[in-house]
Amino acid sequence: MPLFDYSLLLTGKYHDMLVAGLLLSLQLLAASLLLALPMALLVALLRLSPLTPLRWLGFAYVESIRNVPLLAHMLFWYFGAPELLPEGIKQWLYAGHIEAYSAVIALSLYTAAFMAEDIRSGIRAIPTVQFEAGRALGFSFLGTMRRVVLPQALRVTVPPLISQTLSLWKNTSIATVIGVAELMYQAGQVESATFRSFESFAFASAAYLTVSLAITGLATWYHHRFPVRTI
Amino acid sequence: MLEIINDYWVYFLIGQYPNGPLGGLVLTLLLASCGLVLALPLGVMLGLARVSPWRWLRWPVTGFVFVVRGLPLLMVIFWAYFFLPSVTGVKTDQFTTMLIALVVFDAAYLAEIVRAGIQGLPRGQMETARALGLGYGRAMRLVVLPQALRSMLPSLVNQFVSTIKETSLGYIIGLAEVSFIATQINTQVFTKPAQIYLILGLTYFILCFGLSRFAYWLERRLARRGMPVANPASAPKVSA
Repeated sequence: MPLFDYSLLLTGKYHDMLVAGLLLSLQLLAASLLLALPMALLVALLRLSPLTPLRWLGFAYVESIRNVPLLAHMLFWYFGAPELLPEGIKQWLYAGHIEAYSAVIALSLYTAAFMAEDIRSGIRAIPTVQFEAGRALGFSFLGTMRRVVLPQALRVTVPPLISQTLSLWKNTSIATVIGVAELMYQAGQVESATFRSFESFAFASAAYLTVSLAITGLATWYHHRFPVRTI
Repeated sequence: MLEIINDYWVYFLIGQYPNGPLGGLVLTLLLASCGLVLALPLGVMLGLARVSPWRWLRWPVTGFVFVVRGLPLLMVIFWAYFFLPSVTGVKTDQFTTMLIALVVFDAAYLAEIVRAGIQGLPRGQMETARALGLGYGRAMRLVVLPQALRSMLPSLVNQFVSTIKETSLGYIIGLAEVSFIATQINTQVFTKPAQIYLILGLTYFILCFGLSRFAYWLERRLARRGMPVANPASAPKVSA
């Protein structure tokens, strides 16, 4: 047996399994990101709202999600939450890919809590006079946010959001715990089928690193293309 | 819910101990504390290497930090789980495997906190120390590092919170920490998964929320005293 069997990774059944895993991981990343962004924006606005109960609601969301490990979220959404649903919906869920839905729910709720904090500090980085001037000119709270504050806050906010995307990418690996057939899961499957642990983990590591590198590259590019303007 | 707590709280806290191996919440805390305590010296060394004037030291360590921070912790655990036995020749138990993975992983993150702490200090501190005749090593050890470490305190407490959350991944290699125990309880009770995982979440929440409030308080206190607070997010970074 060769020391490092490239052929295992380049062609054949095991190659297909690993690539399918990588694609599913990327799908998890995309779906969770798409769901997390609007949620994060909503929570950030709650956190900044002039109404105290809404502010508390935002605070409660962020703290209760951030202080519990993602694994516990996954276990809850996979084992716990479906049991609370009515029988009909439960049957329908168990017939489909419930593990993937649970993973996306857990990942997007988790990521949204972290992104909300980044968006909030991005908005707070914009001097209040900008907001006050907007209000004085007759814009409503939401109008001022949309037309004056958010466009400026975007430049401050996007870099930390990209770094949260990187965390999200790494976090997709935890979905393996509830049996989602993503990259880490497939690497484990190939390892136990072939006993070529080094090859399958090397493939998974290289794939994780490549995507991480691409996301970091995106952050660097954004930083040069859209530097934060000091007001 | 109260019934479950009443029946299983001892198992939840300490696992099968004293009739079996220690587990549960106590094992989670033990693992997180050992992990952070062992990762700290390694993290300081890596952080110093990251700002070192010697390229042959700075480059490989930067590469190492970059690779570890680009990988999921689960990947590091898998490498440790399958390769420690083949390298050392002895079967490593789950606790040691998880501990080594945590130390390597956390050290890479701590290195960035240390670097941010050092680079967050005014350059004049190092320059003055050198001008007074101290060598690079002594200037770093006696002047820069003590100040940097103090400004890092809130970040360290936050890192402890992260470490507690990371220990939950011991679940995947069958380490009997609190998430694994919760799943064991779930298979025994069988009918109340939502309640059991809510209790698990609540346990982590009380622990981590308390600690992160403490970090926030520390940060405020240091800021009031005019200490610079190290914030890894604001310093230039190699990887996010």
